[in-house]
Amino acid sequence: MNAAPLFVVVPLGMAFLCLILSRLWKGMPDLVGNLTLGFLAVMSVRFLSFAGATGRYDVGGWVPVGGMPVGISMVVDGLTVLMLLVVNITGFIAGLYSIPYLSRYTDRDRYYTLFLLLMAGLNGVVVSGDLFNLFVFLEITAISAYALVAFGVGAEELEASFKYQVLGGIASLFILLAIAMLYYATGTLNLAGISQSLVRQGNKIPLIFISGFFLAGFGLKAALMPFHAWLPDAHPSAPAPVSAMLSGVVIKVLGVYAMCRVFFNVLSVTPDFMLVLRIMAVTSMILGVYLALGQWDFKRLLAYHSISQVGYVVLGIGLGTPLGIAAGLFHLVNHTAFKSLLFLNAGAVEYSTGTRDLKRMAGLGRLLPVAAWTSLVASFSIAGIPPFSGFWSKLFIVIACLQAGQPVLAAFAILGSIMTLASFLKVRRYAFSDPARTKLKIERKTPWCMSLAMLVLAVFCTVMGLLFLPSVKAVLLGPAAEVLVQGVGYAGRVLGGAP
Amino acid sequence: MKRGMTPIVRATARFMTPFIMVLGLYVVLHGHLTPGGGFAGGVFIGGAYVLMVLAYGADGAKSAFYKQRASLFECSGIFLFWFLAVLGLLQKGVFFLNMLQKAAPGKPHTVFSAGIIPLCNLAIGIEVAAGLFSIFITLAVLSRKEKP
Amino acid sequence: MTVFLLAILLFFIGLYGVLVKRNLMKIVIGLVIMEYGVNLLFVLIGYSKGGTAPIWSRGMPEGTTMVDPVPQALVLTAIVIGLATTALIAAFAVRIYEKHGTMDVRQIRKLKG
Repeated sequence: MNAAPLFVVVPLGMAFLCLILSRLWKGMPDLVGNLTLGFLAVMSVRFLSFAGATGRYDVGGWVPVGGMPVGISMVVDGLTVLMLLVVNITGFIAGLYSIPYLSRYTDRDRYYTLFLLLMAGLNGVVVSGDLFNLFVFLEITAISAYALVAFGVGAEELEASFKYQVLGGIASLFILLAIAMLYYATGTLNLAGISQSLVRQGNKIPLIFISGFFLAGFGLKAALMPFHAWLPDAHPSAPAPVSAMLSGVVIKVLGVYAMCRVFFNVLSVTPDFMLVLRIMAVTSMILGVYLALGQWDFKRLLAYHSISQVGYVVLGIGLGTPLGIAAGLFHLVNHTAFKSLLFLNAGAVEYSTGTRDLKRMAGLGRLLPVAAWTSLVASFSIAGIPPFSGFWSKLFIVIACLQAGQPVLAAFAILGSIMTLASFLKVRRYAFSDPARTKLKIERKTPWCMSLAMLVLAVFCTVMGLLFLPSVKAVLLGPAAEVLVQGVGYAGRVLGGAP
Repeated sequence: MKRGMTPIVRATARFMTPFIMVLGLYVVLHGHLTPGGGFAGGVFIGGAYVLMVLAYGADGAKSAFYKQRASLFECSGIFLFWFLAVLGLLQKGVFFLNMLQKAAPGKPHTVFSAGIIPLCNLAIGIEVAAGLFSIFITLAVLSRKEKP
Repeated sequence: MTVFLLAILLFFIGLYGVLVKRNLMKIVIGLVIMEYGVNLLFVLIGYSKGGTAPIWSRGMPEGTTMVDPVPQALVLTAIVIGLATTALIAAFAVRIYEKHGTMDVRQIRKLKG
């Protein structure tokens, strides 16, 4: 339990150490960065031994007064362990991938500084037990993401990052306004403390107003419709490992995780709010995949699919039943695996051929074998073809919809899945098959670091269908779903548990 | 911008800069007794540097040497702050523990009190001053005129 | 209560600036005004009647009323975050002007579809 601050402390310190030590040896940022990311991945696996208990860590050793923690506290429970695993393992794989990929960009040391700051921010959001601490780490993550999106400073990347910054800035200010109003209503900033205070006060506060601002802010960070406008520009313009992190982790942690933590555990959810979540989710699902069908840029197509798949996740969580929430979180984990893999594939194609336009690619299946096979695995996974992981998570979301008495939503989910399959068949046909039409030449072969990273993720895509077996589910997904189902019982476990 | 300003402005800036820096240092060091602290004092000190660049023109500050120096100071400031926070973790196992308060408490209301807080303020002051100067140099001095 | 509404009004004036204005720098300034509005609201929330600055100086009698120190610490943090965000977005606005040659948002449309 005392190791909880290490997730934030280590990347924060090593980020600046990277910059100072880069004058000694040119390969130092790579070495320091990847060692740090490996350390974080190993630590997050060790945290699996928590198995559902809730631990609290008071920063600075400040003793709680009257049972309420004063100062910042960090909380680790089932949902935190799941998100820590997702964030750190994806970070490690993306870091491994970026060692050869960055030869196209100058300023390698700045890249690792920003990347480690991004990891520190993401870990901080996940571990935080205090509302303002959540906001500060949200901002650290967002600022690192803004800078990383525009890393190759071309005209398009700058425009994409500017749009991301304006919309992300508005979102952060909405969240800050909601925090201010919540502080006025309750007088404390600790998540557990706010939850208890709201339960005591009952219906006297305009909770709908605060919920609206929080939903707008976190929805914009998660790129749900109608707040999705920044994502199709920002994610393609970033370097490929950063796109994988952004699409696979950042929109989940800053959007879905923060929304769940604030709404399920602090402000109790009402059926009206769940209805709004479901409407936004279904709109994202269908419109995202509809807009993706017409795209000719490989990474832009993947970005629209991100919007659609986050719709699936929020649909699962918005159902409110234990199976629905578990299925939603399962889809979150799966989406991280296959979407990161797809973005890394797009990056490998761009590294070797220099283009992202599907109309100009053909027959890359024989020229780039690793990328072709892993993208086949990922396409099957995202379209929901058995036995890959995407099939199981979508199946459980559909079953949960039917169990909750919403057959229309189940129909929409299946329709979205069919359209996703169509879209990825298009990618297959244009990019990887039809060797007779090969017009492009391979400038560089795929280096082994990139191939290794893609293969590891492909193995994850295949194997993660097993996460729903009852024995495995009790370790990982079970405690995570339990935290959200219990809702405001979070306060009792945090305050009553051992410090 | 490149040529600087008239001799009157230069003389006034030359005269005022030491006072501004001392004021900034005072605000940083007394951060635990008076309002202000690391951030406000750091803005003062950074502002003093910016004043000198504005008065004397950007020609002197145009080389990348200043930007590297400022970047190094900025990283050192953050690293010092991080190191102070981690010292608590290494010694007693609690992150960000105010261990100097336990080891050597001073008299309240004097400068030598409140544990590691003045040292943290100093680190933040260095970092903010270097950071502001670095932002100013990047935006105003080192911009390149490229064709669109 | 009126002062809270005025601070929220400042927030919405900034939001109007971001949504309606076409010049890049005016969008940046709109964002900055929104941030000022939220910080102001936060500081005003911490006020209690007749309180002094929440720092214990020499010679202050025990039991003086002080305003709430927590919002002041939070606003300090929020101002620093706002500084970082503003510096980054202003740098981007300058670079976009160099690369695209215009400051009009309606003409910076290389990414479409």
